[in-house]
Amino acid sequence: MRQKKEHIRNFSIIAHIDHGKSTLADRLLELTDSVAKRDMQQQLLDNMELEKERGITIKARAVTLDYKAHDGNTYELNLIDTPGHVDFNYEVSRSLAACDGAILIVDATQGVEAQTLANTYLALEHDLELVPVINKIDLPAADPDRVCADVEEIIGLDCEDAPRISAKTGQNVEAVLEKIVRDIPCPEGDDDAPFKALVFDSVYDNYKGVIVYVRVMDGTLRSGDTMKMMATGATFTVVEVGHMRAMSLENTGVLKAGEVGYITASIKSVSEARVGDTVTKVGNEAAEPLPGYKKVNPMVFCGLYPADGADYEALKEALEKLQLNDAALSFEPETSGALGFGFRCGFLGLLHLEIIQERLEREYDLDLVSTVPSVVYKIHLSDGRVVEIDNPTNYPDPAIIDYVEEPMADAHIYSPPEYIGVIMALCQDRRGTLKDQQYISSDRVDIHYKLPLNEIIYDFFDALKSRTRGYASFDYELCGYERSNLVKLDVLLNGDLIDALSYIIHSEKAYPRARKIAEKLKDNIPRQMFEIPVQIAIGGKVIARETIKAMRKDVLAKCYGGDITRKKKLLEKQKEGKKRMRQFGTVEVPQEAFMAILKLDDQT
Amino acid sequence: MPGIYIHVPFCASKCPYCDFYSVADRGRIDNYISAVIDELATLRRVGPLAGDLKHRAIATVYFGGGTPSFVGAENLSRLLLAVKDNFNVPSGAEITAECNPSSSLAPGFFETLAAAGFNRVSLGMQSAVDAERKKLGRKATAVDVETAVKACQSAGITDISLDIMLGVPEQTERSLLSSQDFALSLGVTHLSAYMLSIEEGTFFDKKRDALNLPEEDAVCDMYLSLCEYLKNNGFRHYEISNFCLPGHEARHNTAYWRDEEYLGIGPAAHSYLNGRRFYFPRDLDAFISGMPPVDDGPGGGPEEAVMLALRLDTGISLQEIKEKFAVAPSPGLPAILQKYQSAGLLTFDGDRIALTEKGFLVSNALIGDVISAMDGNR
Repeated sequence: MRQKKEHIRNFSIIAHIDHGKSTLADRLLELTDSVAKRDMQQQLLDNMELEKERGITIKARAVTLDYKAHDGNTYELNLIDTPGHVDFNYEVSRSLAACDGAILIVDATQGVEAQTLANTYLALEHDLELVPVINKIDLPAADPDRVCADVEEIIGLDCEDAPRISAKTGQNVEAVLEKIVRDIPCPEGDDDAPFKALVFDSVYDNYKGVIVYVRVMDGTLRSGDTMKMMATGATFTVVEVGHMRAMSLENTGVLKAGEVGYITASIKSVSEARVGDTVTKVGNEAAEPLPGYKKVNPMVFCGLYPADGADYEALKEALEKLQLNDAALSFEPETSGALGFGFRCGFLGLLHLEIIQERLEREYDLDLVSTVPSVVYKIHLSDGRVVEIDNPTNYPDPAIIDYVEEPMADAHIYSPPEYIGVIMALCQDRRGTLKDQQYISSDRVDIHYKLPLNEIIYDFFDALKSRTRGYASFDYELCGYERSNLVKLDVLLNGDLIDALSYIIHSEKAYPRARKIAEKLKDNIPRQMFEIPVQIAIGGKVIARETIKAMRKDVLAKCYGGDITRKKKLLEKQKEGKKRMRQFGTVEVPQEAFMAILKLDDQT
Repeated sequence: MPGIYIHVPFCASKCPYCDFYSVADRGRIDNYISAVIDELATLRRVGPLAGDLKHRAIATVYFGGGTPSFVGAENLSRLLLAVKDNFNVPSGAEITAECNPSSSLAPGFFETLAAAGFNRVSLGMQSAVDAERKKLGRKATAVDVETAVKACQSAGITDISLDIMLGVPEQTERSLLSSQDFALSLGVTHLSAYMLSIEEGTFFDKKRDALNLPEEDAVCDMYLSLCEYLKNNGFRHYEISNFCLPGHEARHNTAYWRDEEYLGIGPAAHSYLNGRRFYFPRDLDAFISGMPPVDDGPGGGPEEAVMLALRLDTGISLQEIKEKFAVAPSPGLPAILQKYQSAGLLTFDGDRIALTEKGFLVSNALIGDVISAMDGNR
């Protein structure tokens, strides 16, 4: 029988960046005594070092809080955090699907901002009840009345009794908890129905194997039951089920309809318990999985090579470990004439790529060189065969190519109407085709474009943000392949072809792009002992060239008794610097040069 | 034969480009002199690091700074006497004092030095153009420099070195030429020509953007034209920044570049003895109060030898390196060297590598490359 689970609330917190999401989360943990004061690190939910630095959440987290409300009842509050970047849009949507409501934080000094709106629309798509909260009222510039009016007008949310708080000082935060209990609907479900739970996150743990984070829709699951992943059909014996506490997992032995919790079942890799999949129970199996499952496939590929060839095995092990925790990361061995042995890796997008690369460098202490990212092209050869390539190096001789197809993306850009012009200019520049344009409200327009994927993977999101001062949001999905007029650009340094820098591009853009690549290489490759010609070619034809002048002065004028140790240290440093360079024939190229040519559209 | 270096950490004022250790406090001179003399007599602080130094012949003694002349000729003579009393300083030893023209104008200054046994003087001229000297914080005028050189020569000290700086604010090729001419007209036997490098924490470092420094390319051209000019006037370009008439090399400094041993005494003075490097901290009071030197790791080894010897016009012999350190350069080295040779950066006859003047200008990179090629096969 379907029941209301009166004492459970499942919610997330959404906000524009820096409006205080993590601080409020910390305060809620404290108020519900989930964490002892002395264990309170700032911003407990973002527990990857990288997340703290970038100020964005990469992986979702969840935590269960017990709150004794003013009505005398104790409530189980499940706070589900969401990642904050378009690369992880799918994960965001699954996290929101696990909730019944969301707290919308608005900064009392700033009001409604781009992501406030973008996240609001996302939450409304999932039918979430929104609870507005006005934060940072302790600041002198706070104007809660104006901001409330703002929210009412722009978003259409009643702010009359929106809690006005300071997450930083803790002022009035209790009111947020009361609001959650009062305004967010409780989940409903049938404890006896076939078991159905949505996977909204999964992480790998060295001791327990994969920890699957779920929202139970119906049914009951106990330790010892046999569970089944509906997308893959894989079955596992449940070891633990329970709640996520702030500092540890609490094994309760049972999870029931409406609850948010975790399951462990000696699962070896997160690819066996992917986000969006449905968990059911063997013996009381659900007929249908929950809607919305997508296997997230990598869309952007690049080669990752150890700067020092001896680190190949270490890189392989590091990638294997990261993959245990990241179902969207793929890799396989490849070899490059310029870079030696490495791996072809697949990512969701450029941010995902950068994050993985940074984690490899920091957490595994590896020096890496990456090649230019690419999408997967379908090459139709004159003999009728079709080859798929994700590495420009493998681009066949144009003479045997009949035609080429490139992947297309169906993109929605949401923006205030005043930016329609610049957005269209950007999309036009990126070879987009306008499909449709619709006003969602008087100040929100949905611009629907079809864009080649290779035009958006590198820096489209950044360009969009900078041109719309952060007010536009962007979402895309793949929509098949289309025939296109593409060419391969080759980079030659000092006459040697650098395969790792080859680049596939639409022929109309080849010339300007070639000139920019040549300039960027010139600016990013340090002067060396000889003059180095930089040439960009299509086939055998050079279409752009620059020259890196020879180094003129690099000398220590004074070197006497007291300078020798210092000079030796300088030499050591010089050697370290060289480690970050790759030797291409006679030319040394720093890692930065590889990254720089990816970001050609910086507003330089 | 090892050399002895004495650091005299006093200056009338701090020059805006200088990061050598010095203080402007006359009041501590006496205590400093006593501390050095005490150290020379007992080697108490340097202790066992000095080994059998007392029994070895000392080839050179060098008083650097700071401004040694600032403490007066009598004090310098006392210090030299203490060196001679405590060490075996043979009669042919090179004994140098760095002097500032303005603090060596006192009557009898150079006579006192000569009487004590000093036989070489290095004068900080920097530029013969008074406007440039002023920017460099130098108080003396070109006339003062000339007076000092003449006084030194007539006192019988004829081995005189002058410093010239390249790439200083407002400098042009023409103004450099007038400094060169001036220096040669004084009949000195040695010149050091330093390209200005802006050291961290100096006044120039903070004011870098307002300095109106010549462009890097212009400085390189100045350096090459100065090398050419001095060569044409009979000077040998024997180290990156040093030039001399035949037979007048700075023997003390040359020993550094040959990776030979030396004992340094005084705050901020470095030593290399019995395979160890160590130094006294940059702290006059600590030195006076008897703080021992700080270890700076092992000295010697092929990297150091190559790094230092490639500063000299005589360069290095691969065979010698091989014999001395049992390292074999990688098989790829000759090819690299030949490439550099054809670019005019060095000469390589199959064994000896010596940098050219163009090569000196990029010596950090060249030295790094040669050392990396040695590393390959250790």
